[in-house]
Order: sequence, then structure tokens, then C-alpha cells
Amino acid sequence: MRTIIFRTIAPYLSALMVLFSIFVLLRGHNEPGGGFIGGLIAASAFAIFGIACGVASVRRAIYFHPMAVAGFGLFMAALAGVLSIFKGQTFMTSQWLIFDFFGVEIALSTPMVFDIGVYLVVVGAIGSIALALEERESD
Amino acid sequence: MESGVVILIGLFFSVAVYLMLSKQLVRMLLGIAILGNAVNMLIFTNGRLTREVPPLIPEELYTPAIQTANPLPQALVLTAIVISFSFFAFLLVLAFRAYQELGTDGVNTMRVAEPEDDQTPPQGY
Amino acid sequence: MAGSSVTVDLSQAMITAHVAAADWLVVAPSLITILGGSLCLMLRKHTSLQPKLGNAFLGLLVLANLALLARVLDHGIITMVMGNWLPPFGIAFTVDTLGATLSLIASIVAFCAGIFGSATVDATGRRYGFYPFLLLLMTGVCGAFLTGDIFNLYVWFEVLLISSYGLLILGNDRIQLDGAVKYGVLNLIGTNLFLIATGLLYGIFGTLNMADIAMKAAALEGAATGTLATVAALYFLAFAMKAAAFPVNFWLPASYHTPNVVVSAVFAGLLTKVGVYALIRVFVLILPESRAYMADVIALVAIATLMTGAIGALAQSEVRRLLGYVVIAGIGAMLAGVAVGSTLAVSGAVFYAVHSIIVMTALYMAAGVMKLIGGSYDLRKLGGLYNKNAAFAAVFLVLAFAVSGLPPFSGFWPKIILVDAAFADGRAWLAAAILLSGFLTTLAMGRVWIFAFWRGGPEGTPDGELATATATEGSASLAGGAIWVPLGILTALVIYFGLQPEWMLELSTQGASGVVEPLGYLRSVFGEQG
Repeated sequence: MRTIIFRTIAPYLSALMVLFSIFVLLRGHNEPGGGFIGGLIAASAFAIFGIACGVASVRRAIYFHPMAVAGFGLFMAALAGVLSIFKGQTFMTSQWLIFDFFGVEIALSTPMVFDIGVYLVVVGAIGSIALALEERESD
Repeated sequence: MESGVVILIGLFFSVAVYLMLSKQLVRMLLGIAILGNAVNMLIFTNGRLTREVPPLIPEELYTPAIQTANPLPQALVLTAIVISFSFFAFLLVLAFRAYQELGTDGVNTMRVAEPEDDQTPPQGY
Repeated sequence: MAGSSVTVDLSQAMITAHVAAADWLVVAPSLITILGGSLCLMLRKHTSLQPKLGNAFLGLLVLANLALLARVLDHGIITMVMGNWLPPFGIAFTVDTLGATLSLIASIVAFCAGIFGSATVDATGRRYGFYPFLLLLMTGVCGAFLTGDIFNLYVWFEVLLISSYGLLILGNDRIQLDGAVKYGVLNLIGTNLFLIATGLLYGIFGTLNMADIAMKAAALEGAATGTLATVAALYFLAFAMKAAAFPVNFWLPASYHTPNVVVSAVFAGLLTKVGVYALIRVFVLILPESRAYMADVIALVAIATLMTGAIGALAQSEVRRLLGYVVIAGIGAMLAGVAVGSTLAVSGAVFYAVHSIIVMTALYMAAGVMKLIGGSYDLRKLGGLYNKNAAFAAVFLVLAFAVSGLPPFSGFWPKIILVDAAFADGRAWLAAAILLSGFLTTLAMGRVWIFAFWRGGPEGTPDGELATATATEGSASLAGGAIWVPLGILTALVIYFGLQPEWMLELSTQGASGVVEPLGYLRSVFGEQG
């Protein structure tokens, strides 16, 4: 697996995939995409990086433990639903903040925060499974 | 179209059951994966199959003007896919670990938790 | 959203009224545990902080559930629909007395397990995520008890299933992997059956809201008995698998003795009871007609389960596996309540579920203490525990009496109710099975007490003498209150419900009548026109 071509190309490929996963994540509200599929793309990027350069370098690169990332995502997703308590609405009611930024309409919303949470949960959970499997192979 | 899909679902279910009755853990897991797909198709078909009209409501109306696809089964299937995917990934890791530790993937030879030479409880002091 | 030029009257699809902040109690149990679980997950390296944080959140959960139950008793059934949609469009959380009571008892048990775990789960177990998984398990359990949407119920089942996997393989022993494989595969198949049934139910009614389905099923008036019975049979198989009823019970004694004993305690207390709860919810509330249609089958399964559990318990010499079979016997008693289906019977089943949650958790904890004091789980190697710790022997005797259904402890009242209800329904053999199973359980539990506590020492010790040198290396960790306090709380509850059953009787009767006559439930979801 560890050919020189693969090892050279893998970091760029992974970086590109992570970038693409964020693109997929952010377009997910009205178009195909979203947190889950974006998270899967990012997790496979880490998996590819792990195959090419070793699991240890992936763990160093993402700094936090994957399960901690998943925990943070879960925390974020749960909090996104809580904001509506201040407006006297039910749990998970979406809240929108729309403003103009140099002529471009920017829409910030709790569904987006929730989706980012989902993204992190998927990256963390699937990433840790993938890394665990790769670690076993290399023993 | 529905009857064709129903036959396909039946086929999926029979393959899944056949694989799950196997003694090898890997085959059982494959059976579970196929079972998950069969269930997803079943839910999808239960929402009635229609041809490619997105469920969008015109701005001035409260209900769709024409008959559209049912969006709910798609959401349900998506949830079910996500769940069955993560469970399958987890069980795969689990089965692999069990194979490494127990040295077998046959369900009949996995007897660590329930040893075959199990003693009956004492009958007296 | 942006760009909309036409004003839309949202009141046709969305709730416009102000929602009282107190109604948020409905989602509080799930929310608290998700937040706590994810926080613990982030801090998984801080193994000394984890028990404090985890137990704080579990304590908060108990308080939230208490407040929720108080509010339900005060204001009647509460419904909250996620995302402000009107039912049946949004996912509804509908909390009645049944759900709130079970949720409260479950959270008390989880709190006790959290304290017990702070003494018995080592740093490795904590790093593998004992507290995060325990909290997330409670998310699933409380969510399942409180939800009013059948697909959402499936999702909560999966939440508690994935967390239970995590708990089951905590520590990665060989025996745990073996147990986890069986538990994992069979439970996943069970939830898939649940999903199939839900898909078919959606195909019939076009809705997933439980109250909506109940109304539509009642409106059919026997027009679709066959179709509904098919769905009901699938549900029965799925929930029976979860609850470990007779033909599909073998995963439980194969796996419950493998993990850390506190994990076994939580599982034995909560997981099977969630299956029974789902059975009551679906069969009594949603599809009462199919329940009546299948009553004989359910009664047969109940009898077989009662007998398998009791006879299986008699044949075991490993205490935890013996207790696994006792769990199964209890499931049979609850199924008997579902089979009869009257308000009295269902209230008996609910009371029995409460009793079983408490007493089974306490018994598994007691088994853990037996291992700490006596050095083994095997009846052949145990002995002389009465001599070593008389108070603990008394606690175990109380729990053994309670689980066998002997007065004056918590197991007595629900069994009396169930036997009474079975007679009232003309099913004398069902009553007989409950009593016989109780008798056999008494024998099995009595044997544990005689061999492990009463005799002088392990096998080979001459009668009338005390064994001198036995393993007591665990006694150092016994000094702390973290082991005795939870066991004491649970035993106190067992005695309290035995001596003062009125409170729980009233709660379970109210809970049962809420599902047998669901008008209040339907009104809570759809307003007065329901």
C-alpha cells in the first residue's frame, strides 16, 4: 500500500477531501449534502492519510482524540436545540440570524450549528473506528 | 412498479435470513447488512412509489398542487441507513476483535462465556 | 426564511402559542444526559474527574425526573412537539404517569450505579468511557420512556443499544468479546424487526405519532384485523427479543455475566424493562385490538418465560448467570400482565417493572460485593459470608425474598395483583404459572443464600465448622461508602415499597389506566377535539 506515489499524494488528497467535506457540510441545508455525508468524507480523508503515513501521524495531525471530537459535536448539536427556550418555543425550533455582509446574504441558523455537530460526531466516531482498524493491521 | 420492488425486497429478506442462519460470524454480519437494506427498501415502498416529483409546495398554497413524492420515508430511510451503517461498522470491529482474541469465527465454537463443561450447582454441603 | 413574498399562515402547521418553560421538563432527562455524556466524553482522560461529573449529571437527572413526575401528576399528561410543528407532523414527546414513573425509577437506579461504579470501575474502565456510556444509555432509556412517536422510539432503542455495546466491552476481556458478539448480533436483529414493523405500520396508517395511530386503528373497527395482527406479531417478536421472553431469551444469560458487575446491574435493571414498556405502549395503547387477538399467544409465551427463567436459575452455579435467569422469570410475570390486559393487570405489570428494575440492579450489585468479600461468583467456592459480614447477609436475604415475591417486600404486591388479575380474566393456569415460578425462584435464591452465606465455608468445609483462611483481599476497597450507599438505597426502596405500597400502587394504576383508556393521552396530543 505504501508506494511512494501514494505517500506523496495522500496529504494533498486528504487536505482536499477535508476542504470538500466542509463544502458539502455547508451547502447541506437546501441542497444535497449535510453533516453526515460531510463527516463521512472527512473521516475517509483521515483514513487515507492513516493508510499512507501511519496512524500516529493522523492522531498528531488532528490533535484531539477522535472520541473527544465526537463528544464535542454531540454537545454542540444538543445545545443547538436549546436556544429556542429563550423565545418560548419548543425544543429544536430553528432560530435564524440573517444579515448582509458586503452585499452577500449570510444566514446563520441553529440547524447549521446542529449540522456541524453531526459532522463532528461522524468524523469522531467513524474516524476512531477506522483508525482502530488500521492500527490493528500494522501490529 | 411496486410489485417488482416487493419481489426484490422478498429476495433480499430471503438472502439475509439464509446468511444469518450460517455458523460463520462474517456471513451473519453480511446477512445483517443485507437485512438492513431490505428493511430500508421496505420502508421506502411503504411510502408508496411515485415518479420523481419533488415535494415542493408553491408559495401561495398550503398543500402541493399535484401529487408528489412522499418525503417522510426518505427521512426515515436516511435515519435507518445512518444507524445500520454505524452498527455494521461497530459489529465488524467487534467480530474482528473477537476473532483475534478467541481464534474462531464459528458461533458454535465461541464458548468462553458459556463453557461446555459447565457444572451443576452443588446439591448439598 | 429569506425571499418569501407571500405571507403564509403558519398556525395551520406550527404551534404559535408560547410554550411554558416548565414544559421543557419533558426533554430535560434526555438533554441532561446528552450534555453530561458528551462532556464526560470530552474529558475522558481525566479519570478522577469523571465520577464526580458523571454522578452530578445523574443526580441532576433524578431531580429532573422527579420534577417531571410531579408536573405530570399535577397537570396531567404533557406533550411537547419538537421544532414547533403541530402534531402529527412533528416528533412528539408525550409524557404520562407510566413513562414518568419508569423514567424516575430508572434514573434513581442509574444514579446508584454511578456511585457504585465510582468504587468498582477502575481507571482503565473510566478511560474506555464508563460514565459517558452510562449517561448516553440513560438518554436512550429516558427517551424511550418519554417519547410519543414510534419511529423516535426506535431511534432511542438504537441509542441505548449502541451505548450498551460500549459498556459491554468496557475493558476488552475475552469473555466480554464473546458475550458482546451474541448480545450485539441478536439485539441488532431485534431492532431491525422493530423497524420492519414500524415501516409496515406507516404503510397502513401513514403516520408515526402513537396517539394518531391509536385513533386511526380504533377507527378501523376490525376492518383490518389480519394486517394489523401481522404487524403486531412482528412487534411482539421484536420487543420480546429486547425483553428476553422465552423463545428469544438466550442472548441474556449468554452475555449479562460477562461485563463489569455494575454494568450487568444496569443492564439487568433497565434494558429488558424498556422492552416490556414498549410492549405495553404498543399493545395496550396503540393496538388494543391486536392485543386481544393475540392474548392467548402472549399468555403462553409468558408461561414459558416464567418457567424457563425459574428452572434456568435452578440449574446455575454461577451467581450472575443465575440472576440472569431470574431477570427472565420476572419478564414472564410482566408479560402475563400484558396478556391479560385489564387496567388491574397492566398496573401489576408496571409495578412489577418498577420492582424488577430496583431489585435486579441491587442483586447484581450484591453479587459484585459477594465477589469482593468471598472471592468468587461460583456457589461451589463461596461460603461463610454470613460470618464475614452479617449485615450484608441480611441485605441479600431481603433482596432474595423480594425477587421471589415473598412478603413483606416489593415483589409481593405486584405478584398479588397479577395473580388476582389473571383469575379475574379466567386464566387460572397463568396465575398458577406465576406462583410456581415464584416458588422455584425462592428455591434458587434460597440456595444461593444457604451456600454462599449460611454454610461455614466453601465446598469441602465440614458441616458446623468455619473455614479459616479464605480470600479477603478485596476488603480494603469495601471500606468506602461508594459500595454500601447505593446498595442501601436500593434495599431501602425495596423495603419501602413492600411496607408502604400505596404510593406506587396509585402511580401504577394511574399509569395503567392512562394506556388502557387512552382518551387523556390522545387529548394531550391533539387538543380537546381528539
